Amino acid sequence: MHGFANPARFLRMARWLMPLMLVPGLILAFGALAWGLFMVPPDQLMGQTVRILFIHVPSAWLGMAGWSTIAIASLVELVWRHPLAGIAARAAAVPGAAFTAICLATGSIWARPTWGTWWVWDGRLTSFLILLFLYFGYIALAGAAQRDAAAGEGASRVTAIFGLVGAVNIPIINRSVVWWNSLHQPPSITAGKSAIDAAFLYPLLIAALGFTLIFGGLVLARMRMLLADIQTEARLRRKAMA
Amino acid sequence: MSTMIKPKHQRLVLIVLALVALIGAGLLAAIALRNQAAYFYLPSELVAKPPEMGRAVRLGGMVEKGSIRTQPDGVTINFIVKDDKARVPVRFSGITPDLFVEGSGVVAEGRMEGTTFVADNLLAKHDEKYVPREMKNMSTAEAKAVIAETK
Repeated sequence: MHGFANPARFLRMARWLMPLMLVPGLILAFGALAWGLFMVPPDQLMGQTVRILFIHVPSAWLGMAGWSTIAIASLVELVWRHPLAGIAARAAAVPGAAFTAICLATGSIWARPTWGTWWVWDGRLTSFLILLFLYFGYIALAGAAQRDAAAGEGASRVTAIFGLVGAVNIPIINRSVVWWNSLHQPPSITAGKSAIDAAFLYPLLIAALGFTLIFGGLVLARMRMLLADIQTEARLRRKAMA
Repeated sequence: MSTMIKPKHQRLVLIVLALVALIGAGLLAAIALRNQAAYFYLPSELVAKPPEMGRAVRLGGMVEKGSIRTQPDGVTINFIVKDDKARVPVRFSGITPDLFVEGSGVVAEGRMEGTTFVADNLLAKHDEKYVPREMKNMSTAEAKAVIAETK
């Protein structure tokens, strides 16, 4: 893994891997969304509104996968001091926050016609809103730490610690519909079982794969951007010294 | 040599211990929140421990099949919310959400008046099953068989 400690080697790989993820990701995601929008039959109770499933559920998974990425990368940064881990964690924050926001917005739009309300403070909805606020906090903290580092105050580990501590919310989101009576229904897909009919399940899984590839491509793109920022900063400082 | 611990491993042990403590604290908090964080009472909970009359609470359960009765005024309905242990009669005046049907989940916001739960608002609760409309005309057993195929 320390083979990638050399940013130049990582950048060479990221350059071809990024389009390799983004292009198939976009094709799969839009294909699955079109399938879900035009070809899937209406649900017996929810009717046409079931089509929002194909954007709501993959966004929810990626909102949580985004923070899991932050947590794992933060652990690698703190324990092994891998130079790219902190960059990877910071790169995952903005796409993760975006998917979390999409999940909350589509969920709210879906809730109005089905449940009869835009929002309720039940366990699932509240813990997911907290996830969005954790992302905002993380992004602000990472930005502040980067400015400190640029000002020569040394690398801050606070961001990584916050990334790890925030991960406590992930199992809470996952279990919220099991532990507490909630308006949100319990999970439809659990270890190898699905209460979702095949007509909905296949486009959902393809949409999830497509969204995941897009997420991966975005993280790589942001890692390249953050590394370029650091290089520019270092070069400017050398010029100022000279 | 045996007393030498690599700083890398020291950090790993330290962080794992901190995480275990953190997750433990989170679990304890979640258990403590068990009752307060519940969005609604089940009928059996409401019957076993009735809240004070007039206190705003939420009642969640299944709408009993064949229990919805519309009153002569046309906007007031009576129905029964049940779980596997208890049944609570509910009265509601107003427009019901689309998913409010017999045999499906509901969350009623309101208060106990005598033995009847008077609801100001109804929220429909969807279950975890997604079934295409064509299957609606199948018998329950057939639909279950189709759903089971995807498991």
